Amino acid sequence: MAETAVQTFRITPEKNGATQTRRLAPHRIVLALIGLGLVAAAIYFLRWDWLPDYYDLILQGLWRTIWILVVTCILGFLLAVPLGLAQAAGPKIVAVPARIFCTVIRGTPLLLQLWLLYYGLGSLFPQYPWIRGSELWPYLRQAWPYAVLALTLSYAGYEGEVMRGAFAGVPKGQLEAARAFGMRRFTIFRRIWLPQAIHRALPTLAGEAVLQLKATPLVATITVVDLYAVASRVRQDTFITYEPLLLLAAGYLVITGVIVFLFRRLEGLIPSKLG
Amino acid sequence: MLELLSPVPPGWGGNLLRGLAHSLQIAFGAFSLGLVIGTFGAYGKLYGGPVIRDITAIYTTIVRAVPELVLILIIYYAGTDLINHILEAMGYARIDISGLVAGIVVLGFVQGAYATEVLRGAIKSIPQGEIEAARAFGMSPGVMMRRITLPAMLPHALPGLANLWLIATKDTALLAVVGFSELTLETRQAAGATKAYFLFYMAAGLLYLLVTLTSSAIIGRVERWARRGMPSVKEA
Repeated sequence: MAETAVQTFRITPEKNGATQTRRLAPHRIVLALIGLGLVAAAIYFLRWDWLPDYYDLILQGLWRTIWILVVTCILGFLLAVPLGLAQAAGPKIVAVPARIFCTVIRGTPLLLQLWLLYYGLGSLFPQYPWIRGSELWPYLRQAWPYAVLALTLSYAGYEGEVMRGAFAGVPKGQLEAARAFGMRRFTIFRRIWLPQAIHRALPTLAGEAVLQLKATPLVATITVVDLYAVASRVRQDTFITYEPLLLLAAGYLVITGVIVFLFRRLEGLIPSKLG
Repeated sequence: MLELLSPVPPGWGGNLLRGLAHSLQIAFGAFSLGLVIGTFGAYGKLYGGPVIRDITAIYTTIVRAVPELVLILIIYYAGTDLINHILEAMGYARIDISGLVAGIVVLGFVQGAYATEVLRGAIKSIPQGEIEAARAFGMSPGVMMRRITLPAMLPHALPGLANLWLIATKDTALLAVVGFSELTLETRQAAGATKAYFLFYMAAGLLYLLVTLTSSAIIGRVERWARRGMPSVKEA
C-alpha cells in the first residue's frame, strides 16, 4: 500500500471456483461453530417434546407440499409452453389473450387468486344441480383441486413470460436450417425449437421452482394440510410458537437446497455449446 | 349488485379503498426499507471483509429460500415478543406494535435480501474504469457513492428494482394471514359478509392490476430517463 496516497475501498475480488476449493478459512470455522452453537442451543433450550406426537402429521404435510409443488410445476410448465409460443410467434388472436393472461396473473397477488377460485367458484358450483350430480363433485367439494388449479395457473403465468423470451431467443438460423432439411413444422418445434428454448429457460426454471415452493404455504389458508398447516396446527394445539416455525423454516431451506441441486444436475446433463 | 361496491357504508367500496391505501403504505415503506438494507447489503457483499461477506450471504440465502409467509410469522411474533421482553427488562411497560409498522419492518427485511442481490449485480456492472477514475480523483467513499456509483448503477438496477416494487405490492397480501386489514383481508371480509365472492375478489383484483399497470407505466418513464444517452438495448 505504499503507492496509494488515498485509500478508499479495498477491492476484494469475488470468490470464484478456483479459490473456493482452498481449505476452510478460519473465520468460516468460527461462523460454523457459532451456527452449530445456535442449533445446539435451540435443541437444548427450546421445547421439542411435541415432536413425536406430530411425527406422522409432519411427514404427511411434507409429502403433500412436495406433491403439490411437483404437480403444479409440471402442469404449469405444460401450460406455459403454448402461452410462451403464442406470445413469441403466434398470430394476434392468440398472442393478445396469452399476454393478457400473463399480465393478470403476474399483476395480482396469488393469495387473492387462490381465494377467488376457492370461495368464488366454491360458492358458485353448488348452485348448479348438474355439477352436484356429476362424477367430479366429490373432488370439487375438497380444497386441493382449487389449490392445484390456482398454483398451476400462477406458475403458467410467470413461466409463460419466461418461455416467450426463450422461444424468441432461439437463433433464427437454427429454425431456417431445420426448414431447409425439409422438417415439418411440428417436427421443427419438437426437435429444434422446444429443446433449445427449454435449455435457455432452465436457469430461470430453477428460480421459478423455488418461488413456487415458497408459494405453497398459501394453500394452508384454504384448509389444505401441507407442511405449513401442520406447523400452524402444532401452534394452536400446544401454544408453542417458535419451535414449529423454526423447524418449518429449516424444512423449506432443505427443500430449496434439493431443488437447486437437482436443477444444477439437470443443467449439467445438457451439453452447453449452443450455436 | 354493483351498489355493493359504493364507497358509502351500505356498500363496501370504502373498505376496499381503505385497504388499498394500507397496502400501498406498507408496500412503499417496505420497499424503501428494503432499498436501505439492500444498499448496505450490496456494499457489504462487494467491499466488506470476509466475515461481513459471509454474513450477508447467509442473510440473502436464508431469506430467499424460506417462504415469505413463514418469515412474516417468525418475525411478526418473535419481533414483537423480543421488543416487549427488552422493554420489560428495562422497566418500561409493554407496547402494542401497530400492524402497519410491523408489516413494513417484516416485508422490508424480506425485500432487503432481494434488493441486496439486485444492487450488487448493478454495482458490478459499472465499468471498472469509472470507479478507478473516481478513486484516482481522490473521492472519499461517501462522495464516490453519491456521485459515481449510485447514478451509474441506476439504469442497471432499475429493472430489478421495478420487479421488487411489484413484488412488494403483491406481498402485502400476505399480511392478511396475520390479520392486518389490507386490501385482501378487507375484500375477504366484504365478500364473507355479503356472499358476493366473485364481485369483491374481481374488484380487488382490478385494484391490484391498476396499481401494477400504473407502476409499470411510471417505471418505464423513469427507466427511459435513467438510461438517457446510453445505447438502447433491444431484445435480439
